[in-house]
This record gives sequence, structure tokens and C-alpha cells, in this order.
Amino acid sequence: MKRLALAVALAVLAALPLWAGGTFYINIGSQILLYAVFALGINILVGYAGLVSLGHAGLLGIAAYTAARLLNGGYGHIAAVTAALALTLAAAALFATLALRGSGSGIGFVMITLAIGQIVWGVAYRWISITNGDNGISVSSRPSPLGLSLAAPAHFYWATLVVFLVALGSIAMLVASPFGASLRGTRDQPRRMAALGYHVWMIRFLAFILSGFWSGVAGLLFLYYNQFVSPQAVALTASAEALLMVIAGGSGTLLGPVVGAGLVVVMKNVASAYIERWNFVLGAIFVAIVVFMPEGLVPGAARLWRRATARPAAPAVAAVPAPGEGPAQ
Amino acid sequence: MIEPATALSVRGLTKSFGGLLVTASVDLTVEAGERRLIIGPNGAGKTTLFNLVTGELRPDGGTVTLFGRDITRIPGWHRTHLGISRTYQIITLFSRETLLRNVTLSLLGRSPLRWNPVARLERQTALMGRAREALARVGLGHLAERPLSQTSYGERRRVEIAMALAQAPRILLLDEPFAGLSIEERRDVLQLVTRIPRDVTIVMIEHDMDVALDFAERITVLHFGHVVVEGTRGEVVAHPRTREIYLGE
Repeated sequence: MKRLALAVALAVLAALPLWAGGTFYINIGSQILLYAVFALGINILVGYAGLVSLGHAGLLGIAAYTAARLLNGGYGHIAAVTAALALTLAAAALFATLALRGSGSGIGFVMITLAIGQIVWGVAYRWISITNGDNGISVSSRPSPLGLSLAAPAHFYWATLVVFLVALGSIAMLVASPFGASLRGTRDQPRRMAALGYHVWMIRFLAFILSGFWSGVAGLLFLYYNQFVSPQAVALTASAEALLMVIAGGSGTLLGPVVGAGLVVVMKNVASAYIERWNFVLGAIFVAIVVFMPEGLVPGAARLWRRATARPAAPAVAAVPAPGEGPAQ
Repeated sequence: MIEPATALSVRGLTKSFGGLLVTASVDLTVEAGERRLIIGPNGAGKTTLFNLVTGELRPDGGTVTLFGRDITRIPGWHRTHLGISRTYQIITLFSRETLLRNVTLSLLGRSPLRWNPVARLERQTALMGRAREALARVGLGHLAERPLSQTSYGERRRVEIAMALAQAPRILLLDEPFAGLSIEERRDVLQLVTRIPRDVTIVMIEHDMDVALDFAERITVLHFGHVVVEGTRGEVVAHPRTREIYLGE
């Protein structure tokens, strides 16, 4: 049953360029997937480590800017991508070291990631000799992995789909692994975890690095998709939007960030064509989610589904939260 | 390797919170295999002493030595790997997880497997088997799959002990293991603790002296952060200071 659903979902996703009906929708598919990779990365920290970051657009931006600079400097795609990821990982290590000082969680973590994100934005905006300031940097070509050009929207979509599936698969593996259990333990009971012999700081640090890695990958997809990067990509609103994707979809769940990314991208691109004040609609949707499904769309829908399918003779089952419900996943 | 005769040695241990001296130059020596009871009224600094020994708090002064090794500067998580395990007075378990998962986390804490990001935890049959064993040891084998939030207070106390024992500690610190339990539950827990083999040294904090009196060979009385009396059961009970601050009220 589960395997069948997975196979159907995969087939539908892979065939999207055939049924979506036009370049516009294929590109929306690519955008959803690239933001899903970003949101999945943030979810490692927010959902599984319980550390809320407001600076991850900075990491996305570092990857995108580094690759853009190197590509324009005449380096090949492999060199640019490798260097961009390496620099993003180094930056993530530095950010983690700063943000995990002191108690390493709570409001201090949020504020430090926010400040770091703003510093990156400041560099993107003001250090014109490196970042070209407000004008941003354009890159002329997309890569051709294994000789397949990604210039066409459908080809780029498939490449993004592959990256997305690798991200989703590896994070699913992480969540089910002993390290995933350790990570969730430090979210729920950090003090207890330390007493049980876990190096809480190191576990959080590694989660930050991993989260930074997928943010960097998303940054590269972002750059190649738009063939352009500007300070807007690094701004606080970009970090906040990605965080909202995670929370709206369901933080600490595997598919929540994906659904959240879909929601935001669709609202941005599709609804904005019909409703001028689409931002207002998106805001209203977020409020509705927080009021009616505070755990997020994915766990919330699962809860409603269970309630709807539970036999009316056993109302007590619906009243008691089932094991694993909510962000514990 | 010959086991040093002294399991835990605390010298001149001092800690204050602001102006309040909670641990006042405490000296304490616990022999290997000993059963030690630490008693004292509320606020005597018993739990703080445990927190200093396990490394959850940093002392202002003094040393902690574990089986001949000075561990004063070793971080708390590492001390667990040197053989210290503890239970908590206020239960701090993973309430959303099953009992099995709680004990598994405890076992993982001492296993290098905890860093593994690619293995499937569910498939670690050896680990799961040991977790079930640890639960069976405290009489909770049949509740392994139950979420902790659906268990009774007494059962949670036993999960605490199962988690501590699962780590195969050399020294076990029990912080008021009888707190909040009914008379039958206390008897069960006491039996459980009494059955622990002698290769585990046990230090127990208890607020209520009557419950655990039979358990200990030596008793230390703490009062306002000071060691007031220390000796055998008979000596401590007969001591006028004990009666004054504890029994006499």
C-alpha cells in the first residue's frame, strides 16, 4: 500500500513536464522542488533539533554567490559547485559555532542566526566589488551533467527532481537512524541527553552543518534556475519565508517542508496572477493553519483523516493523541 | 586491572548560587560496592551534590575523583562513559516515546552507534534486545511498546532505574527514587534496588529517612550544604545532631 503510493507519487512527479501543460507550470514545479530542498534542510534544525534559525537564506546566498562569481570568473561548473558547497559548509560551521554558544538553544539561537543572516545580506547589498550590490550577478549558462543540457525547463525540472529525491531520501534515512534519534532526544531533553552520555553540542553542530549543506545545494539550484542572484535571495524575508514553509507544512515531519514549499510557491506564482493582494491571502492561510492545525498541514491532515476514518463507536481513540502524532515524528 | 577500593571521592567540594552556599566544602568517600544513603531536609544540597558529581554543574572549588581518576574538569556527558549513571528526582523522560525507545536512547548514549546517520535504528536487534532485557529487569517488559505518557508515575520511576541500569554503570546515583510512590510501589522499587549486584556502587539520596534506612550500610547527613554526620546506620540514627535536625523536628 505504502510502496504503491510512493511509486504513484514518483511517477506523477517524474511525468510532470508531460502533464503540467506548459513551461510556466514546469518551472513552478522546479521552484517547488528547489525550495523543498531548502525547507528540508532547515527542518533538520527546526524540526528535529528544535533550533529555530532565521539566517539560513544567508547560507543559500553564500552558495549561490560563490558559484556565480566563480562561473563568471571562468571556472567550470564542477569547480564552481564544489567550491560553493565547501565555502557554505565552512560558513555553516562558523555560524553554528557562534549560534551554539551559551545554552545553545532558545531565543539566543534565533537572534544570533538572525544577526548572521543580516550580515550576509549586508555584504551582498553593500560590498559591491564582490557582489555587484543591488544589481546582483547573472550567470550565462546552466551545467550539462553527463552531457545532458539543463537549459530546457523540463530537463532542469528532472535534474532538480533527482536532487530533491536524494535530499528527501537521505533525510528520511537520517530520521530513522540512531543519530536521528539522538538529535530528537537533544530537542526534547537536552539535559537528560547529556546525562545519558550524549555530546549535545556536537550533535547540534553536526545537524547545523547538514542543514547548511542542503541550504547550499538549494542555493545552487536557485542560482541555476534563475541564472541570477541578488541580495533579495539573502534577505531576512527569504529566511522567514522558508521557515514558514517548514512550520506551515509541519516541522519535524518528513513531508511537511515539501508541502509548505508547494503552498508558498504556488501562492506566489499562481494566486498572484489572479489576486493582486496575494501576500495578504498567504498571510491569512498561515493564520488559518496556526489556528486550526498548529502542528502543520501534514500532521494536521493526518489527524483529521484518522478522525474521519475512525469508527464512530470508538470516540475515545480520536480523543487520545496517537503515538507519534505531532512534531514527535 | 585491579579496581581501586574507592569508587567516589569528593574533596572540599564547594558551590554557591549567588550568595547562597549550597555545597560547603563537602568531603565524601564511597567505597567500591558500597550502598550509601545521603539524607537531609529539603534544601540541604543533596541534588546539587549529585549535579556536581555528574558534571551538570561546575563546582566553585574542590575535586571529584572516580575510581582514582580526577574527573573535576571532565564534561558531564563524558563522565557517563566513565561509569556514572543517575536517576532524577523530577522525572525527565521522553514522554512522547515508548518505554522501549526511552531505554534504547539510554543504551545508545554509551554506544558509538549513536553517531550513525545511515543505519536503521529499528533494525539494531542486539540493541533492542538489550533494551527489552533492561525493561524486563524492572518488571516492565510487557509495556515496552507503550508510550511513556500512558504509564503511571510508579512505572516511570522504574523506567528511570531501567535506563540507568541499562548503561551498566560502575556507580549509580539515585535521586529520591521513592518520591511520590505508594507503599507497594516503594517496596517494589526497594526490592529492585536491593537486587542490583555489588559490582555497582550505589549512592542514594532520600528525603524520607525511614524508607531507605535498611538499604544503606553508611549514611551521610547533609544540612545547609554541610556534612553534619556520617557513619553506620546505628551511629547516625543515635547521633544527637541527626535527631536535632532530622528526626526530632
